[in-house]
Amino acid sequence: MEVPILKQGDYLIATFQAALSDADLNQLRSGLIQQVVKLRSRGVLVDVTAMDVMDSFASRTLREIAHMIRLRGAETVIVGIQPEVAFAMVQLGLTLEDVTTALDLEEGLAYLNEKFKNTH
Amino acid sequence: MAKRAETLKETMTLNSQVTELVRSEAPSELLRELVAHLRQNRTQLREEWVGRISETRLLTAMTKEEIFAEATSVYDSYVEALETETFEALQAYARNLSERIIPRGVETHEVVGIVLLLRDVLARSLFAKYQADFKKLNRILDAYEPAANRIANTVSVSFVQERERVIRQQQEAIRELSTPVLQVRERLLILPMIGVIDPQRARQLTEQLLRGIRTNRAKVVVIDITGVAAMDVTVANHLVQTVEASRLLGATVIVTGLSPEIAQTLVTIGVDLGKMNTVGDLQGGIEQAERLLGYKVVTLAETR
Repeated sequence: MEVPILKQGDYLIATFQAALSDADLNQLRSGLIQQVVKLRSRGVLVDVTAMDVMDSFASRTLREIAHMIRLRGAETVIVGIQPEVAFAMVQLGLTLEDVTTALDLEEGLAYLNEKFKNTH
Repeated sequence: MAKRAETLKETMTLNSQVTELVRSEAPSELLRELVAHLRQNRTQLREEWVGRISETRLLTAMTKEEIFAEATSVYDSYVEALETETFEALQAYARNLSERIIPRGVETHEVVGIVLLLRDVLARSLFAKYQADFKKLNRILDAYEPAANRIANTVSVSFVQERERVIRQQQEAIRELSTPVLQVRERLLILPMIGVIDPQRARQLTEQLLRGIRTNRAKVVVIDITGVAAMDVTVANHLVQTVEASRLLGATVIVTGLSPEIAQTLVTIGVDLGKMNTVGDLQGGIEQAERLLGYKVVTLAETR
């Protein structure tokens, strides 16, 4: 199932559904890095609230997305990681280093707004 | 070889003689006689027993009257168990007794001691009664000993089980008491860790904290470990994992109150402290958390 990418003002929002194949993840990655420049977005929010399992591929893809988008000149925030998922990820060593995370979409938006508030 | 065979043969004949002796009078009949004897001499034997208890300085936590009252009940249950050869009633009584005396500091060796004393007192009375008839005494003891041993066993095991139950209950209580996740300001949680952290408790703490971050929508968490005396590799790694998992939920963790010993341990075992935000004491931790959240504490005088 393809992940829809929504435009919301200066930001892009991608919301994960429960089960995503590796192909879906790859498609999301290429979709996001194209859209982010095309739509002149300054921030990207990836919402993973619906994911109750995070495997190493998904975790690595999230990290890659964040790094690639930084190279494209925008900021990424991963939001909505569940407590159980978070602990399982850390135990597996998937700690998403150098990637900004937030509790939920609202928090993520607040973080980006705060970051860009002086540049408007 | 031949000599050994002979001894073996001898023992076998002896054994069969004993079996014959026992068979000639049914054990239940012997037990009945025994019980009648114990009932008859109840007052005297009971007093002798209590005398022996105070002589050996057992049950010092209890008064003389209490010991006498309990001894009477134990004596009666004891005789009853001998008579009916069922141990349920005695077991229930022993549990009940243990429940009453454990809070008063009665030790396991005392309980085992008094039961063994009763066994000895009764055995002595049997010796006295049947000293003229050695064969009869032997048969009576054959019937008495297994039952008496089983009684002693039942009482001791009941006591120990009751004790273990109390310990389990207390462990549970400690576990529940010792893991509070407190909100002290909007979006600021405090987790005071106290006492010995074993892997099980560490896991429970983490679960509670992560759930607390979600329900309170916390942005900053202060974990205070002033009350933790020591920390091993597993728990230290667990702490680091907790910090990282909290970050994935979007919360910053500040660890406060690391004792010099724990700081040394963490460095020696090579825990990666780069990701850990540490502040000396809880006050400093809360102040830093407030800065992160954009609070500023001012006195009333300053606002005027």
